[in-house]
This record gives sequence, C-alpha cells and structure tokens, in this order.
Amino acid sequence: MAAVTRTEASGYAGRYAQRRWTVIPGTYLVAIVAVGLTVVPLLLVVVNGFRTNGDINNSAAGLPHPWVAGNYTSILKSASFWEFLGNSALISVVATTLTLVLGSMAALALSQYEFRGREFCYTVFVSGLLFPIGVGALPLYLLLQRLGLLDNQFGVAIPEAAFGLPITMIILRPFLRAIPGELREAALVDGASRFRFFVQILLPLAKPALVTVGLLAFVTSWNQYFVPLLVLQTSSHFTLPLGTYTFQTQYSQNVAGIFAFTAMSMLPALGAFVFAERYLVAGAAGAVKG
Amino acid sequence: MSRNTAIEAGLGPAATENSVAAGPLRAPRWRSQKLRKRAELTILLAPGLILFVGFVFIPILIAAYYSFFNWSGYGPLNDPIGFKNYSYAFKDPAFIHAIEHTLILTVASVVIQGPLSIAIALLLNRRFFGRGFLRTVIFAPYVLPPAVTGVMWSLILQPSGFMDQVLKSLGLGGLVQLWLANVHLTLWTNFVVLTWQYIGFGIVLLLAGLQGVPNELKEAAAIDGASPWQVTRRITLPLLAPTIRIWGFITVVGSLQIFDIVWILTAGGPAGSSSTISTYMYSEGVQATDFGFAAAVAVILFVFCFVFAIFYQRYALSRDTRGALTRAVG
Repeated sequence: MAAVTRTEASGYAGRYAQRRWTVIPGTYLVAIVAVGLTVVPLLLVVVNGFRTNGDINNSAAGLPHPWVAGNYTSILKSASFWEFLGNSALISVVATTLTLVLGSMAALALSQYEFRGREFCYTVFVSGLLFPIGVGALPLYLLLQRLGLLDNQFGVAIPEAAFGLPITMIILRPFLRAIPGELREAALVDGASRFRFFVQILLPLAKPALVTVGLLAFVTSWNQYFVPLLVLQTSSHFTLPLGTYTFQTQYSQNVAGIFAFTAMSMLPALGAFVFAERYLVAGAAGAVKG
Repeated sequence: MSRNTAIEAGLGPAATENSVAAGPLRAPRWRSQKLRKRAELTILLAPGLILFVGFVFIPILIAAYYSFFNWSGYGPLNDPIGFKNYSYAFKDPAFIHAIEHTLILTVASVVIQGPLSIAIALLLNRRFFGRGFLRTVIFAPYVLPPAVTGVMWSLILQPSGFMDQVLKSLGLGGLVQLWLANVHLTLWTNFVVLTWQYIGFGIVLLLAGLQGVPNELKEAAAIDGASPWQVTRRITLPLLAPTIRIWGFITVVGSLQIFDIVWILTAGGPAGSSSTISTYMYSEGVQATDFGFAAAVAVILFVFCFVFAIFYQRYALSRDTRGALTRAVG
C-alpha cells in the first residue's frame, strides 16, 4: 500500500520500490540456486570425509553412518600432509615476497622517473599476460636444471614470482602515477632523499594496491599446479595441490581418505579467502579501472 | 644526452634547485646527478626486469628455437628438421581435435558464461539482505586450487557416485551417464566444472564494473519514462561494456590455455575426446619426451593467444583502453 502511494508521489524511487516486490523473490531464487551449486559440492567433500569406505560404497549420497573422524586424524598425523602444507606455504611466501619487492621497485622506476625506453620496459612486462605459462615450460625446465633448482622449492617459487610481475605492474603503476607530484616536491624541499620519500611516503600511500597485489600473487602461487608438476619430483617436496592429486592416484581405493584429504587441502585457501575477501574484490575492481 | 634533456629527465624541481645552487661547479654536478639517477634506475628496475626476462621471456624465445629440432631433451641439439614438427602437428588428427576442443571450450565460455555472469551480476547489484554473503560464496570456488577442484569433481562424478545417486533418488535415473568416460560427454563435463570454478570471478569483476555506473543516470532515464528493461539495455549495459570487454579478454586467453582441471578430470581422454592444446602438448610432447615437438605445440598455442590479442585489441579493446594493452599489442 505504502509503495503504491509513493509511486504516485515520487517518480523513480517510488517506481523502484514498487518493482522490488516482483524482483526480490526472483533475486532470492537465483541466490539460493547459486549458493546451493557452490556450497553443496564443498560440503559433500567435507561430510564424506567423515564416512567409512564401506559406507560410501553402500550409498554415495547420504549422511555418514556412523560419523568417523579417523580419516581426518590419520591425515593430521601423517607427515606428508604437513610436508605438502609447509612446501606450499614456503613457496607462496617466497614467490609473493619476490613479486611484491621486485614488482614495487620496478613500478617505482616506471612511474617516478622519466627516461628513454620507459614505455618499452612497461610493454615488456605487460606482454607477459599473453604468454601461457606452459609455452616456455621446457626451456624453463632446462634452465632450472642448469641452475641446480630442479626438484627444489625455490625452483618453483622463482618462476612463479616472474609470472606474477605483469599483473603487479598493471595494478601498481597507475596507482603510483596517480599520487600527486606535489607530494614529492614537498618532501624533497623538506630535505628528504628520494629513497626516504619512496619508503616513508609513497609506499605507505600505495598500501591498498600493495595488499591487493600481494594477495593475488599469493593465491596464484598457492593454486599453481603446472609449475610444481614440472619442477618437483620427490614427493616430500610437493605442494598441497600436487600432493592432493598424487594422494588420489596413489590411494584410489581409499575414497573416504581422498575426500578427507581434499577437504583438508581446501581449508587453507577457503579460510584465507574469508579473511581477505574484500581486498581481493577490490583488486578485481582495480584491474578493471587500471 | 644534452643538458636540457637532462633537466627534463631529472626529477624536476629538485634537479633545478641543485643546478642553481651548484653555480660554477655545474658541469661535474650534472654528470654526477645523471650517474646517480642512472644508478637508482638500475637498482630499482634491473632485478625485476632480469627475473621477468630470464624466467619468462627468454624461455619462450628458446622454446621457439627448439621447435625446429628433433630433440628428446637429452644430448646435444644436432638434428635440425625445419618445420617438420609443425607440419607433423597439423597432420596429426589428434592435434586438430585438440584445437577444436580448445576452441569449443573457449566459445562456450564466452557464449554461455558471459550472459549468465552478466545476468547474475545485474541481479546481485540490487540491494538485498545477504548480498555480501552471497558475493563471498559465489567467489569462493575461484580461490580453490584448480587441481583440488578437479579431484573433488572426479569423486562426485564417479560411476554410481554422488551425482548418479542424487539423479536416481530424484527419479531421473535415466539421465545417469559415464560423466568422465563417455566420449560424447567428457568435453562438456569439463566445461561445467570449469564454469563452476571460474564463473564467480567474472561475476565479481562485473559487479565491480557495475559500481561505476552512476545511479543518477538510471534515475534520470526512469523519470523520462524508460522501462526497467530499457534502463538496463540502454544505460547500464553500454556503461558496463568496458568491463565486459576486459572479462572477454581474460576469459578467452584463459580458456585457450586451459590445462589443470582437464588434466585431472579426464587427462584429455578417453581416446582424446576432451583433449586441449595444453593437454596435447603435455601428453604428446613432455610425457613422450619429444621436447622439440612439445615446443612446436607451445609456439602454436602462443600464436593463437597472440593473434587473438591483436584482433581483440584492434576491434574491441581499442575503444576504451589507452593504457597497458594498447601499447603491449598495437
């Protein structure tokens, strides 16, 4: 009733309010379907991890009967899961740090200085987006072999950092360029060195962009499958995604165990995501504007 | 470099100020300034550039070079065979199929995921209770490792697995299929799983773009008597177009390169029914230790991406970017 009166009173707002009564149920229907399609597979994996193999073989759909925690506790007790987790963490931290430090240094050079070849350098970085990670895989393999980095966690982290640079430059450079030049002049007049200006003024101002870039680099590295597959051979050096796949092929009979292992390897990514979601979304927005 | 360009090249006011203060010592001061700037630039730029060129750029150039040799990856590179790797690839029906499958996946991604993402983003752009939660949930699959997604879905889609049980209990037992083994289905099974993993990214990207469409415009049009559909069609979508174009670029380049989920779900099989260019390169090149051939396939894949990027740049992106990709490609 109120909505109808308002339609007559004020154009768009009223009309919009009226429209809402028909649109909202449709929105919720779509929302429920979307949540269902996303969450059901995830829950299924977690719940099936609490079942026994016999239970799963009897009926693939259904609640655990009885609930057993054995699959999870045996994974938590196994050395390999913690090795995979540790390797993933080490590789992602090294790759993210390298991308962030070298990327922001290069972005400073390409945004705060004028020099011949600047745009060419930027183009070289940005063109990296066009190269599928697989194209240079074999020379990369041989290069790492020559450097003695094969089957080594750093041999995974360093190429991943290199592949993270293009998107880092695309987000960071416009951000740094948008910071007004007066700020630099003021700092230099006040006697600050260029280095101090970068470290104490510019980089703190660029913190939102740095956080986004860092998160993107971390997620990309954490999820990488191809590079670890190419570089790592010893299973004690494997990352979590690679380890999950190996676990599946090795213990293909132990379905409940695979479910539990998959659930455990989704947990870090999902947990970190819930914590960092708003920064990632901001990053997506930044990429659009950048 | 003349003194004049040095002033421009220097850091503006600071440099000018120094030149005034320097007085008679001008020339040497300038030289040291220039040297200093060069040193700073080198320290800042060189590490990143070396990392990128060394681990991304040069390997690609070397791959192009290997592709002209018959080479198993061991021993010297002494059997140049010209374009034979390339001609062999294009004569291999399995490779042609892999290209077809890759193109099908790419087109399907654009044609099916595109409108779906836009529609869901438009719906989610309204204010309603639980919107933030919904956005988080829809984006979540994107942060899962694709390898883990692949393992998860291969469990769900196993014969008489969860999927089949649910269909049977709904009385739709007739729909049960060998999702991962039926050669007519595997490509589409892969497509559905790929959509599950990646659609959230598109939706969030488009939602971010929708935030940039000013409400005042929509209100003005509504006051002028535009229907909600007209407002969407004539105002929201055109203003969203730059975001849609970027989404299209990311989606196509990503689809052309698709590897991990397909590799884990079906490994491109059975009988090559779900192979992509990347899985073909891995199974026929890397696993078969025919590295020269794998390099040729990799170069072909790169050419696909590059040609697409150039055309896309010319005909789509050039409308709204004067930024990064313009210079990168055009």
